[in-house]
Amino acid sequence: MAEDLPFEKPITELRTKIAELKAFTAEKEIDLSGEIEKLESRLEQLEEDIYGNMGPWDRVQIARHNSRPTTLDYIERLFTDFLELHGDRLYGDDEAIVGGIAKYKDRPVTVIGHQRGKGTKENLRRNFGMPHPEGYRKALRLMKQAEKFNRPIINFIDTKGAYPGISAEERGQSEAIARNLIEMAGLTVPVVCIVIGEGGSGGALALGVGDKILMLENSTYSVISPEGAAALLWKDAGQAKRAAETMKITAPDLKELELIDGIIPEVRGGAHRDVEQQAKAIDEALSQALDELSEISRDTIVEKRFEKFNRIGPYDYVNGTNAGN
Amino acid sequence: MLRDLFSKKKKYATIPSEEAKQEVPEGLMTKCPECKSIMYTKELKKNLSVCDSCGFHHRLTAHDRMETLFDSGTFTEFDQNIIATDPLEFPSYKEKSEKDREKTGLNEAIVTGKGEIDGYPAVAGVMDARFRMGSMGSVVGEKIARAIERAIDEDLPFILFAASGGARMQEGVFSLMQMAKTSTALHKLRDRGGLFISVMTHPTTGGVSASFASLGDINLAEPKALIGFAGRRIIEQTIRQELPEDFQTAEFLLKHGQLDRVVERKNLRSTLKTILSIHAPVSDRKSDEQEQEEQQQEKEKNAVRETEEQEVQ
Repeated sequence: MAEDLPFEKPITELRTKIAELKAFTAEKEIDLSGEIEKLESRLEQLEEDIYGNMGPWDRVQIARHNSRPTTLDYIERLFTDFLELHGDRLYGDDEAIVGGIAKYKDRPVTVIGHQRGKGTKENLRRNFGMPHPEGYRKALRLMKQAEKFNRPIINFIDTKGAYPGISAEERGQSEAIARNLIEMAGLTVPVVCIVIGEGGSGGALALGVGDKILMLENSTYSVISPEGAAALLWKDAGQAKRAAETMKITAPDLKELELIDGIIPEVRGGAHRDVEQQAKAIDEALSQALDELSEISRDTIVEKRFEKFNRIGPYDYVNGTNAGN
Repeated sequence: MLRDLFSKKKKYATIPSEEAKQEVPEGLMTKCPECKSIMYTKELKKNLSVCDSCGFHHRLTAHDRMETLFDSGTFTEFDQNIIATDPLEFPSYKEKSEKDREKTGLNEAIVTGKGEIDGYPAVAGVMDARFRMGSMGSVVGEKIARAIERAIDEDLPFILFAASGGARMQEGVFSLMQMAKTSTALHKLRDRGGLFISVMTHPTTGGVSASFASLGDINLAEPKALIGFAGRRIIEQTIRQELPEDFQTAEFLLKHGQLDRVVERKNLRSTLKTILSIHAPVSDRKSDEQEQEEQQQEKEKNAVRETEEQEVQ
């Protein structure tokens, strides 16, 4: 497969070999089934070894994979009656964020997410999934609308970050992100956030102040991209792999640090290998999360969310007594 | 100079004698990074660290800021003893924090506390860009959240002076989440009707600009302060063109509707006082007559001080 990543090379090679042998068998009518069987079990073993021991950098590659399913891929499979709603009512419609109303298991919901493109053309239209302020303001408008009609909110997070550009700064990128943080803090409806690809810094967090924060197994969440960190730390963006390992940006690392609530398992080799299966795994986690949150009353959900975020961040006292999370 | 080239006489660099060195103690003079003029540090400090010739606002340390702002003797500090841990075991983070603690005498990049501005009490936080570039890690977030809690409990306004390069990389997602932590705390303050004044000073960027610093009921900034979300270099790399000179300055933000006012440092105290007095509970509000009387007294005091100074000179 042309889409295979460097760390998958041994698997690809073995697969090619098996395919060749199979073709050979068919063509020459020689029975090589014993050989093929052996290789197939070796492939199984190899896949388990490689996919079972992925390092942070491998996961970064998968999270950024060109064919990785996007927000709209999941919306299509998880929700019915999805009706996309456009625009922030202030400036424009930012296609790097999509959102709208839908039904989830017959229940009305609002669903929003960063939207990357898959090819160059779509990526240009979606600005590579990097929103401008109007994208965040659209998201906020839809979230406030959800609150008015008492619908839970589901946010898919998948962005390299908020767009760094002149127009974005002129229109208040900082304010737009900050506004979402404070307004999301006050939403009286349940908010579930699922990181499905890259969770790039403030641009990701602007959809991320939720009651449940879940991550796909191979997604990442970070304060700065590995390349950016490497450039700052070692003056060399080429050391991104090392930075990815240092910064604890993978789902398993962040779960261990108790910064997220759960990991959604991925199909072997990454979500792009089987989007149907992946959607099912998300479905299971989402339905469980919404069930749990439905037990919290409208009056207490804001206080609970405050407590959730107020706990985050370890510190010490000068005299050495430990406190906090 | 040219003649020196042809002369065989060797020239030696002069090393100042110990005596000469003592005559010019370190830090006596300061060079303005903007207009390059040289001035007495003492004079500069007296002028609130604003350059006399070009108006450049030099950075203030957190404690100098407190001093210029609060009525003398009214400031009490909160949570001075909280320090950072190293949750990611990030290379050399511990050593760097330790070094900054020694260098600045501060335990973290923010000082929080309570004081009075012209008799109006307020809870305040002042960031100090000398400590890890004023970056926000877990301690900065915690101290801000606690200060906001105090403002809520004591029914006081909250003022925050931002000076920060953004979220602190060395604490990873813990730092990122401080943006949410401080913003949820501010939501609580807003919910209770509390006043929040944000004062952005040089620099206020990244995760700090994209969280509490932009969330004031009133957003002020000092002249020429760098304020923005993305770094200039990153934007230039992304769009492959050079940015205008005034890009991401306080004036640029004012022009684009992102700020309420740009306030010169010398007017900051009186601006804050006006805002505080307008928001003060009726019982604490001073009458115009009282105000005038106080202003008159202040003027007289200043006049006396000036004549004294002239006499000394």
